[in-house]
Parts: sequence; structure tokens; C-alpha cells
Amino acid sequence: MTNSWTDIKNTDLVIVMGGNAAEAHPCGFKWVTEAKAHRAAKLIVVDPRFTRTAAVSDYYAPIRPGTDIAWLMGMIRWMIENDKVHWEYVRNFTNAAFIVKDEFGWQDGLFTGYDPATRDYDRSSWDYVIGEDGFAETDPTLENPRCVWQLLKAHVDVYTPEMVERITGTPADQFLHIAEMIGETSAPDKTMTSMYALGWTQHTKGSQNIRGMAMLQLILGNIGVMGGGMNALRGHSNIQGLTDMGLMSNLLTGYLSMPTEAETDYATYMSTREFKPLRPNQTSYWQNYSKFMVSFMKAMWGDAAQAENDWAYHYLPKLDVPNYDVLRMFELMNQGQVNLYFCQGFNPLMAFPNRAKLTSALSKLKLLVTIDPLETETARFWENHGEYNDVDPASIQTEVLQLPSTCFAEDEGSLTNSGRWLQWHWPGVSPPGDAKLDTWIMSQIFLRVRELYRQEGGSFPDPILNLSWEYEDENDPTPQELAMEINGRALSAVSDPNNPGATLLEAGQQVKNFTELKDDGSTMCGCWIYSGCWNVDGNNMARRDNSDPSGLGVYQNWTWSWPVNRRILYNRASCDLEGRPYDADRMLIEWDGERWVGNDVPDIGVTSRPEEVGPFIMNPEGTSRLFARGMMRDGPFPTHMEPFESPMANVFNAEMRGNPVARVFESDVADLGTSEEFPYVGTSYRLTEHFHFWTKHNKVNAALQPQFFVEISEELAAEKGITKGGWVRVWNKRASIRAVAVVTKRIKPLICDGKPVHVVGVPLHWGFTGVAKKGYGPNSLTVFIGDANIETPESKAFLVNIEPAEEPVA
Amino acid sequence: MSTPAPAPTTAVSNPSVDPLTPNLSDAAIMRASATPNLPEPTQQMEKVAKLIDISKCIGCKACQSACAEWNETSPEIGICDGTYTNPPDLSSEMYTLMKFSEWENPDSGNLEWLIRKDGCMHCEDPGCLKACPAPGAIVQYTNGIVDFVSDKCIGCGYCISGCPFDIPRMSPTRNVVSKCTLCSDRVAVGQGPACAKACPTQAIVFGTKDDMMAHAETRVDDLKSRGYDRAGIYDPQGVGGTHVFYVLQHADKPELYSDLPADPKISEVVEGWKGPAKAVGLAAIGLAAVGTVLHSIFGKPNTVSAEDQSEAEELVDAELGAEGQQREEV
Amino acid sequence: MNIDLSRRSFIKLAGAGVVASSLGSLGFGEAEAQELAHIKPFRLTTLTETRNTCPYCSVACGIIMYSEGDARNGQAELIHIEGDVDHPTNRGTLCPKGAALKDFVRSESRLTEPKIRRPGSDAFEPISWDEALDRIARALKDDRDENLVQFNEDGVPVNRLTTTGVLAASATTNETAWATFKVIKAMGIAGFDNQARV
Repeated sequence: MTNSWTDIKNTDLVIVMGGNAAEAHPCGFKWVTEAKAHRAAKLIVVDPRFTRTAAVSDYYAPIRPGTDIAWLMGMIRWMIENDKVHWEYVRNFTNAAFIVKDEFGWQDGLFTGYDPATRDYDRSSWDYVIGEDGFAETDPTLENPRCVWQLLKAHVDVYTPEMVERITGTPADQFLHIAEMIGETSAPDKTMTSMYALGWTQHTKGSQNIRGMAMLQLILGNIGVMGGGMNALRGHSNIQGLTDMGLMSNLLTGYLSMPTEAETDYATYMSTREFKPLRPNQTSYWQNYSKFMVSFMKAMWGDAAQAENDWAYHYLPKLDVPNYDVLRMFELMNQGQVNLYFCQGFNPLMAFPNRAKLTSALSKLKLLVTIDPLETETARFWENHGEYNDVDPASIQTEVLQLPSTCFAEDEGSLTNSGRWLQWHWPGVSPPGDAKLDTWIMSQIFLRVRELYRQEGGSFPDPILNLSWEYEDENDPTPQELAMEINGRALSAVSDPNNPGATLLEAGQQVKNFTELKDDGSTMCGCWIYSGCWNVDGNNMARRDNSDPSGLGVYQNWTWSWPVNRRILYNRASCDLEGRPYDADRMLIEWDGERWVGNDVPDIGVTSRPEEVGPFIMNPEGTSRLFARGMMRDGPFPTHMEPFESPMANVFNAEMRGNPVARVFESDVADLGTSEEFPYVGTSYRLTEHFHFWTKHNKVNAALQPQFFVEISEELAAEKGITKGGWVRVWNKRASIRAVAVVTKRIKPLICDGKPVHVVGVPLHWGFTGVAKKGYGPNSLTVFIGDANIETPESKAFLVNIEPAEEPVA
Repeated sequence: MSTPAPAPTTAVSNPSVDPLTPNLSDAAIMRASATPNLPEPTQQMEKVAKLIDISKCIGCKACQSACAEWNETSPEIGICDGTYTNPPDLSSEMYTLMKFSEWENPDSGNLEWLIRKDGCMHCEDPGCLKACPAPGAIVQYTNGIVDFVSDKCIGCGYCISGCPFDIPRMSPTRNVVSKCTLCSDRVAVGQGPACAKACPTQAIVFGTKDDMMAHAETRVDDLKSRGYDRAGIYDPQGVGGTHVFYVLQHADKPELYSDLPADPKISEVVEGWKGPAKAVGLAAIGLAAVGTVLHSIFGKPNTVSAEDQSEAEELVDAELGAEGQQREEV
Repeated sequence: MNIDLSRRSFIKLAGAGVVASSLGSLGFGEAEAQELAHIKPFRLTTLTETRNTCPYCSVACGIIMYSEGDARNGQAELIHIEGDVDHPTNRGTLCPKGAALKDFVRSESRLTEPKIRRPGSDAFEPISWDEALDRIARALKDDRDENLVQFNEDGVPVNRLTTTGVLAASATTNETAWATFKVIKAMGIAGFDNQARV
């Protein structure tokens, strides 16, 4: 989230699209109801189903799963056509004025540079024209036909309301009604917040869905302001934290990235990461990359990381492919190329697509280790549960070790919420039986492997033998010790750059925040964006002052927010070029003539003059980007792409299936179905009564929603002879499953390209362990293809067939 | 020694773990079942109420969950019957239930998903209490809470018949009837009900009835500004008003909300009988399942005196004709 | 409506119940001292309060855990959980999952001892922590020794292990995440993700 949960109360308009906030995040959704009650805010819901969020909305419109880009580009087109644009914002705070290379273009659904053989783009034309001064060329009048604004205008021109209706199924009158509502927030003192979640990410073009809304929000001037923003409602309690901490195959901590094997040494690695400003006076904060990187390497390997050995650069694994993401790992596993797999608090058998393939893959492992407080289907993938897990244990040779870990009630530490607040919690319960802390378990694994390397030697033991593990009890590092490492400290005395001769930090002293980090090896820091969480002031994440002097829901002294306790990102963009707030009643920060002051920590150098320095300090442009350059694999603008399994062809290019650059493993091609065989659109979702696959172990939640079902319209039910509460079979090439039918008015057939499209809703939450009735997850049916940029599987749009069925024998 | 607990004014409060003297005592009892000579209460408390604003309800069932946790009940893990309502009905293990109805508004053409939290309304004029033959098994406090006292319940089930909202439920195993207590144990120490505290959107709020009524009026204004011309408050006067009441988007059509009665009243039969005689009297006209009654009365030490019996006989003689025929026509 | 009960059967019913005591006798008739207010004792009195946050979604609602006994000597038992009104985000509210957190912590499916499922077996059997961890360390080292790609074809050091993979838990703390990160990246394990990938 760019903003915080409590900030939502400041909005004028909420759009929930690509998510279902009331059901998945009920207590965060509270702030929508507060905005409605106290600011007369309105709520728009756009969703294939009339959800429980829609139940309390002011306006609802349906949409076909997987067509959000067409809808959003149509919305941008309408804003431009109707002059609902925050012009000062667009001119100064976006890259609208930047001139793009002449070679760039779009035709037949594809951008320039596409190579069908490699399923990839040559992205070299997707960039700015760089002038002789080394800066990007711009046209502040926005009239140059090669400027981003003119290119955008041309790009969205095809998405008329009629085209939007044809692709998405949203009736044009409803689309236009929503456009009017959204258009009002282009006024400088009006704003809209976008609340989205996996309804946008779980597509093969998920990143582009989100970009589409981000672009709309920029055009309306709704980013960086109170009550606005792009608010990704993250699914798990610390999924934000684990992403920030870089527990991803392509990341290091704080969004530093893993090196590739083309980056043969540290200098080469750094050469593409220290972005020089593309416009005069701009901050381009990544210029500090080396300070964060060296401090990170010192946190990992201490004295073994020195300038002489490139800060132990070769201790880091180098990628030969963009990503060893989960889909790739299960593909490799299924090919017999993975021997050992750890699942720490993760139940992939229910979480990733094409469960039959997952079972086959897990069956080829030598050893599976699960670490969890609860039983999981993954730990018992080898166990026969009739039709719900139809396997033959005797034929599965995988050894499984199931390790019991503690849960939140029994451990201590911080979790990062969706609004980037790091909140400390305390244990109040004793672990059951012999369950152990995750930190203890990881330490034991590490210490035992290290001991084996000490005794036996082996392949390149250096990164293991030299891993910094300086804890009072190395068997059991405390959360305090680990948090202090994450914050970072001086390893030797650091002199004060502003006061020659003076010492800024003594050796061993915690750094105040990342501005004190050095790239000479004198500081260490586990995760630079978290630096400040536990500094000289102590554990800031444990702060519990809930006062809110501004009354605007800032809560500056409640726990701690990254970066540097800033609550709203890009908050400089809430002020005009003189530094005056666009809305004085919702003042975040303002320029007092010498410095930025206000209710939040300024997201800009405190003395950076408002007319000179742009608000988007991480970007070398100093602006946000309506045009993404070559930073996304599937285009600098979002363009409509159908799901891989779709009831209709892409209207721009009938030959194009799905996202043209999404990775497709050969072994999955045969499992893809067509609408002739599987005419209905399946989509997956959560229900408010459950949390993923955890709460089916809870007797209360199991009682509130006891049994797996699918939801269909009354029209489809009538057509198929399906009755409410009766049993159905839902199938495609990947699976055939049985479920109870919920027949509802809340799903209606859509008309797309002149033909009716029926949606079959498949909730997740059931499996074969726990106290709820046994059932299936939607992942039995979903497609094993991920987003072209980040490999999140396309769980929100797939094809199925459906028919009445007999109740399974219990 | 413990501090006296204040009367609660909100559910937005963290309970104290320090011992407090409950604010609800005999002195605050204004009515007790089958207790004709109850002294006047000496403790007059401000009326409390739980307001359920259906227009803010997201149907999440946090109220059901919090209710089961606080009251330590174990609702059954049933099946999906093709709806979102689970468990399928109120029970002695589930005192409150979200009822879902899908309605296509003919005026706007819009689909509306009307989700109503069902449960005890805590009537100012409680039919359950009036129907109950067991002395002190149902009590009403001066703050409006109608509470069941299981120790004194004889399991006859008359309260079920006496309730115009069909709320109390018999436990098949414990043979007593139970329902929402408005978390009397929480209210007694200055807290609000568990459901109101949990409710994510504060569709359920709790406080004095006056405060809740004022709040409800602001909610009705908001709804009217959003085009719900018939928005209003449901506080049925046929039962003297209730201490659980609703804001409805369509107050002119309460039946849209899973058959919320338009004009609930206590059955005339219940109103007609006074004192312990009604026990047998109600059984006679079969307002409750006879089998249950027999079992319950014989299964408990509490029984009927000869005096009461003859009084009942007379009443039944007098009432059976008219009321019985009336019933038959139904 | 059942009104079959005839006057005769009514008499029978009533007669069967005729004994000495009256229903009225339990009221104020002869037992003024009988207590009418039966308020359940407040369940949380004298329990220990601990501040925590809900482990489910990313709203991270503040909660208060009420427990009995001392957590430091392994004796603390969870009695109840409810929302923390002091928390600015949830202000004491909880969703249906959060409101039932106690039954997650105390679920019958909580794991209490390490177990092993041997190849081809149809059941788990208990194993000691020591043996389980030794098996893991041995397997991990053996796999790494055998399959670590130290150099690519161009002779560039790549220190990459792709035959072991790890999924990390997005419900663990940042501190656990840091410990996990250090161990896994130091091993050279490339296939390392968390739920953010889903």
C-alpha cells in the first residue's frame, strides 16, 4: 500500500476492483465504511461476482475475469476525452512530457520488437530520447506527437466504451456511470483510493492490471495524497515483510536484486543499478545502492566481506534464468531435477496450479521437509483420502519429515502489515508439546550443516563457514538480536560527513536509519529499508502511542513504518509546485519556504525546493511513469491480453493466446483447454469465513462455512439442470472435481463479443485435513502459467465445464 | 474487595482483568418469569441497546464467531445447503446467525444482498418471559436485557412459543433453552456484547438506547442521501420496542430481510395467562411440542401444585374455545 | 398447530405432575432469599494479558491474548482472545477468523512432535528432533556437495544450488525471515520463494 489502512477514512471515492476487501480484509475495510459515514464517500465495486463488498457499495458493475486492462485503458481514454485530468500533476509529476524513441509503436496487440520464436520482446525502442546533455528530452507543452502523453492518447484510443463492453462484458452505460464518478476525483482537492488484491495479480498480465490503475490514478493526481493511492491489500500477515526481506528467488533484502551470471563481478553488478538522474536536479535515490549493498553483504558475511573480494560477491548465487520461482521449481521437480524441498509454513499442494502436477512432482523428491504449526495437505500428499487425494502411498518413495513449529501466540517479533507498519508482538502462550520456534529450527539446520562442512569439507563451503552468526546463544538467536541486525550498526567508527573531524557513530552503535549507511565496509545492515526500526531510540516497532494529533489517521508514533517511519509514500506529490497542499484539509506535508514540514515524514529531501526536485525520488526521472520504458517484459503501456484459457479470441489479434511473453512450459501445453470443450469461465476466490487453508482446522470457522461449493448463475443452473444445494461436477483437462452448487442472482451471464459468458466461482479453503468437510481447492483446475513479470499463476481466469453430479460417497 | 463496575456505554472497550463487582443484581430485575410478587427494582439502570445497521453489514459472520467464542458454544459443522447461511439455523450452540437474502429491487433494477443478523431482540415486553412457567428462569433487568437462567429452566419450551421472533432454541442434550444474553456477563462488568465489539464495520454498535437511537437517525439520513428513500429504524412497538434494533434500507418492507416480522406481537394466549397456571395451559393448547413438555416436566424436580392445576383448568376451559378455534384456522 | 390435547389428556398431564412443591415456590413465594440475577462470573478476571497481532491477513489487527499460568516456564494456557481497542487500525474489532483465533491456537490439528513418513509407507511415525535435524543436515549437505553449480560454462563463479528448494512462510516474523534468509541464501539455494509469489 502506498497509504495506510487508517488513511482510507480520508478518501472521497473507493474503487474495489481486483479484490474483495470486505471479505478478505474486513477490519481494514472498516475505514471504507468510516469514509462513507463521515466524508460521504462513495464505494464502487467492479467484480465478476456481486460480492459482500458489493453488498455495501454505492455502485456495482460486473466484469469478465481477465479483462481489466481493457476496462482501465477505456477509463483513461474517457478521462482524457472529457478533460478529467489533473493537469499540473500530469505535467510535472509524471513522465507525460518525455519524448520516446521514434521506433516505438503498437500494432495488432503487440509492441515493437516482438519475436514469436523466443516469446520475448526486444525492448530497446521502448525508451526516451536522450539529449546531448545526457538528460531525457521533454516537451512540457505535451504537444510533441512523440511525447508520452500523445503516445498514451493514441494507445488508449481503441478502448471506446463500446470496445470495453465488447471485451469485458461491463455494459457501456454502467461503465460510463462509473467514469463520471471517477472523473470527479481529477479535481485537485478530490481523491480516490484503489483497493486491490489477487483479483489483479493472479493473471498472466497481473502486473499490467495494476499498472493500468496506477496510470489512471496518476492522471487523476491521486497518488501521494491522503485518501488516495494504490493500495495492494496483501494476503498474509507478513507477506509484505517477507517480500521486503527478500525471501524471493530474484531478490535480496530491501529490493536489492539477485545477481545474474552475466554480472560476472561486483562492478558489473553495480553498473546497472546506480541510476543516474534522467533530468536535472532529480534525487534518483538508487544512486545510494552501493551503500545498502555493501552494508547488506557485511551483515551476511562480516569480516569475510571485504573490498578486496568484492564484498564476497561470489558467495551469492548467480541466476542463469530470470527466476527460480515456484512454478519453475515444481516444473523441475516434476522432471526429477529437485531432490530436497522445504516448506516452512507453506502448503503448496493447495496453493499452486494444477494439483495433479504438484502431486506428481512431490512424488519425485527424495526428501520433503515441512515446518508448520498445523497439519497441511502438502505434508500428507502421499496419504490416500479417497477422491480428495487419490494416491497410492506404496508407490511414493518420497521421505517426509514433518516438523512442528510455533504460531504467533507463542513467538515474539515484528510483522509488516499491508500499510508497511512493522508491529512488534509478544508471546503469551506456551508452545504445544515439542513444537519449536522457527528461528531455533533454522539455526539447527544451519549449525548442523556448518558442522558437517567443518568436519568433512565439501563444495565451496566458504559462504556457509563464514556466515555471520554472532548470537549470544547460536542455537537460539533472539528476535531482539535479529531485529538489531536488520536495522544495522557501525562496525567501526563512522565520521560525520557534515562535521569534519567529528564522529557520527561509534563502533557497535546502531545506525539511526539508512542515511548513515556506508559503502566502505564500516557499517552493516540486514535490510536497508527497515533501517530505523531498532536504532538508538530502541525498538521503534514496539511503540504503542496511538495519539493522532492531526486527526487524519497518521498515527506517527504507533509502531514504525518503512521507510524512515513515513506513512504515505510519494507524499511530496500532495503539494503543488510552490509546495502548497492541494487540499489544505488533508495536509500531509508543506513547504515552509526553507524546508518541508507537516504531519508525515516528507518523502523528499527536507530542503529540496518544490519547484526543482520531483516527488518520485526513487525514479531517475524524478517523476512517476505513465510509460514504463523497458522495465516490464510485456509492454511500456498495458495492452489488452486474453487469459490463456478464454471464451473469446483477442479482438486485436486472434492468433495471440494469453500474454505473448508469459513463460509456458512445454509439458503444460497439452493441459490447456479451449472454449469449445470447456465453455465456462472459472475464477477462484476467498470467503470471509476462512483464512486460506488454516481455518478449516478451526471448529468455529469450519461451522461458519463447512463445505466446498461452487457458485453459478440462475441462468446457467437452469440451462444445466443444476439445483441449489445439489451436487455438480466441474472439470477441465487438469481435473474433475465435485462440489455443492450455490445458485445465485449474484452471478449473471455477461455478453462478450455478442455471446453470453457464464462464470463459475470456485472458492478456496477446503482440502483433506482439518475439521471442515473434505473438499477441493480451485488449484486442481487452474493453469500452470504465471505473470510475465513476476510469475504469479493465473488463478483468476480458466475454463471449465459443469454438469449435475451424484453426491460423493462419504 | 473489588471495584463496582460502571454501566457500559459502548462495546469499544478492553475488558479489565481486575475483579469488579457486577452492576447487574437482584435490585435491577424488573421482571422475572412466573414470579408474580416480584418487588419493585431498586436499581434503575439506563436502558441499553444494540443497534444493527444492515446497510453497513458485510455479512462476515464475525458476530457469530465472537459469540461462539465468548459464550463457549460449539456450533455444528454441517454442510453447505446452497446458501451462505451457516449453521442453517439458530441453535442452542449458535445464538446469532447471519441470514442472507438476494433481492432485485424493482424500482432501481439493482440487486441487493440483504444480510440480517438474527438473534434475540431483547424486547421491552418480552413474550418469552411472559410465557415461561418456571419461576426466575427468565429475568429482565432494568437496563432492558432479557436473560435466561439455565439453572432454573425446566426445558418446557414455552418461551420458544412465546417469542414473536422465533429465537430461543432447546438444547437437545442439556434440555434447557438458550439464546443471546446480550452478553449479560460482559455488560455486568461495564463491557459491551462480544458481537458488537468484534463487528469489523461497526454495523453492530452498543450503548444506551438513547445514544443508539440518535446514531440510528444519522444512519437513516445517510441512507436517504444515497437514494434509500424508505430507510428507517426497526424498533417494533408491538413488543414495546426492542433493545436490539435495526437500521433498514427498506424499512417499509421488513419481510425482505429474511422474514423479519412487520408487526411482531406477543401471542394473545401468552398475554392471557398469568402465573404458573400458564404452564399447563400452554401445554394444553399445544403451543409447544407436547412430547418435549412431558419429558421436561417429568425430568425436573419442579412440578405443578394442585392449586395451580385447578387454576389452569379453569383458564383452559375459558380460553380453549376461542383461542383454540382461532389457532385451528391458521 | 397441534391442539389435539383434549381436556382429558390435559387433566392427565397436569395430574401426573401434582406433587407437594409448586412452581411458584421457587419464586418469591417462600424463598425471598433466592437469587434471581444469575450473571455468569466474568471469564477474564485475574488472567494475564499479552499484546499481539492477528496472524491472518495484512490488516494486522491488534489483539489481546488472555492466558492462565506462566509462559516463561511453559505453563501458559490460552483462555481467550479479543480485539485490542487501543490499536488504531482495528480499534478492537475482529473478523470471523480473528474472533476465533483461540481455536486456531488450540486446534486439534496443531503439531506437537516431529514425524517421519518413510518411503512407501502409509503413515507418519514419531522421530526425535535430533534425528530429524541430522537427517535434514545430511541430506542438504549431500545434495549441495553433489549438485552445487560452482562455475558456469564460461568459468564464471555462480555458486548456485537448484536441486534443493525452499518455500518460506509469510506468517513468520521479520526476524525469523532474516534468519531464514541468511541460511538459505548462504547455501546458494536459488529456488527460494514465499507466498508473495502466489
